[in-house]
Amino acid sequence: MNWLTRFLKSSIGKKLLMALTGLFLCTFLIIHLIGNLQLFKSDGGMAFNHYAVFMTSNPLIKTVSYGLYAIILFHAFWGLYLVSENKKARPVAYAVVDGKANSHWTSRWMGVLGTLILAFIVLHMTNFWAKYKFGEVPYVHYERTISTGELAWSSTDPIVSKIETFNDGMTEHTVVKDLYVVVADQFKELWIVILYILGMFAISFHLVHGFKSAFQTLGIHHSKYNGIISFIGIWVFGIIIPILFAAMPIYFFII
Amino acid sequence: MKITLKVWRQKNTNAKGQFETYKLDHVSEDMSFLEMFDVLNEQLINEGKEPVVFDHDCREGICGMCSMYINGRPHGPKHGVTTCQLHMRSFKDGDIIVVEPWRAAAFPVLKDLAVDRSSFDRIMAAGGFVSVNAGNAQDANNLPIGKEVADEAFMSAACIGCGACVAACKNASAMLFVSAKVSQLALLPQGQPEAKRRALAMVNQMDAEGFGACTNTGACSAECPKEISLSNIARLNREFLSAGFTAQAE
Repeated sequence: MNWLTRFLKSSIGKKLLMALTGLFLCTFLIIHLIGNLQLFKSDGGMAFNHYAVFMTSNPLIKTVSYGLYAIILFHAFWGLYLVSENKKARPVAYAVVDGKANSHWTSRWMGVLGTLILAFIVLHMTNFWAKYKFGEVPYVHYERTISTGELAWSSTDPIVSKIETFNDGMTEHTVVKDLYVVVADQFKELWIVILYILGMFAISFHLVHGFKSAFQTLGIHHSKYNGIISFIGIWVFGIIIPILFAAMPIYFFII
Repeated sequence: MKITLKVWRQKNTNAKGQFETYKLDHVSEDMSFLEMFDVLNEQLINEGKEPVVFDHDCREGICGMCSMYINGRPHGPKHGVTTCQLHMRSFKDGDIIVVEPWRAAAFPVLKDLAVDRSSFDRIMAAGGFVSVNAGNAQDANNLPIGKEVADEAFMSAACIGCGACVAACKNASAMLFVSAKVSQLALLPQGQPEAKRRALAMVNQMDAEGFGACTNTGACSAECPKEISLSNIARLNREFLSAGFTAQAE
């Protein structure tokens, strides 16, 4: 495997790792968004809480999520290492640099934007992931009347497992760890809402450059595809996804 | 017009340099930037001072020697020109103009504004050529090449190796230069037999010279006097990736 290590140690090989992990993280963002859009359902968080149980118990998803944590850390620290390597290529700085004359600022601030995103992820994991896994989370009891489909819910005492369901013929009962209420409570704090919105700005600007840059690194540059790649990078990853994510804290702050 | 120049002066590679300020009172707007420097040097010689060392040769925009980083941009404020093709009419009366050498670990300053760009030569020597057997040139029609391919190869071959891409890049990356030199051969049948070896060897040498890596900011192409396209860098990435995984192990 000597050739492979040599290949990955080259400047292009190092960038290839950034591009591939970056694109993987982009696909994660889509999945994460689709799952979390269930927060907007007015079902007292039933769908979202079921989803949270599924995401933390399904063995395949658990395995992938550990891979995801590793890739987030790799992408962040490999990126910072590459920034420091690239700095060495210009030991004496220019006195005057007119950066905006020849490049977009997002492309020049990827390291800073990425560091902000890493800080955001730490905050985000502490707010929810750590709380769900290690902290004390309240439980909620959903009662769905089978004949009418009417849904009611109330908080309840904790149980041993994450979820418990039973059916008494008339009503479907579900007792589940209530991550939804944790989310709703967190986003009542103005400073958390502001930090989340700033985090989404960082993601937006990082991906406006990052998405299309990854394709360029992979050698995909063609007049037939450049337009659509750049469109997806700006509109989907730079605008739509961050706005939908930012809508979640704003929604809970307002309701 | 009157201008104030802040010029980087450095005795030699190891010396610590600093900016010196010079005032020029009779600058014609029809002068090229280099002619304005000639006037400055005349003035310095008359005052018994050492003239500013700067690189220049053809003064018609095709040799790539005139390396000056002017007001934060390689070759100054105009698009698609070298310093010799930049005229003083691009500046205003009373302007302060800051002139620095290309700054990159791989381009050490020799003196004042002149830098050593032999790292580019070593990259070329590593693989930027076609090894052909000496003999009569064959009939041109034996090698059919599509017009659009020939045009693209020619556009890559327009690179004059000035180093503005390195100077403009925040990482002092030489990817645009190397990609143009790989592309001009990768696009043509004559370049095929050595394509894999070339891509690997030139990128290796580029890394060994201490250039930074490409982060796709596009500053290189935006500042290139020959407007070499970023599609060359994508092609180099393709060539290097495919060579990396398929070339015979050395």
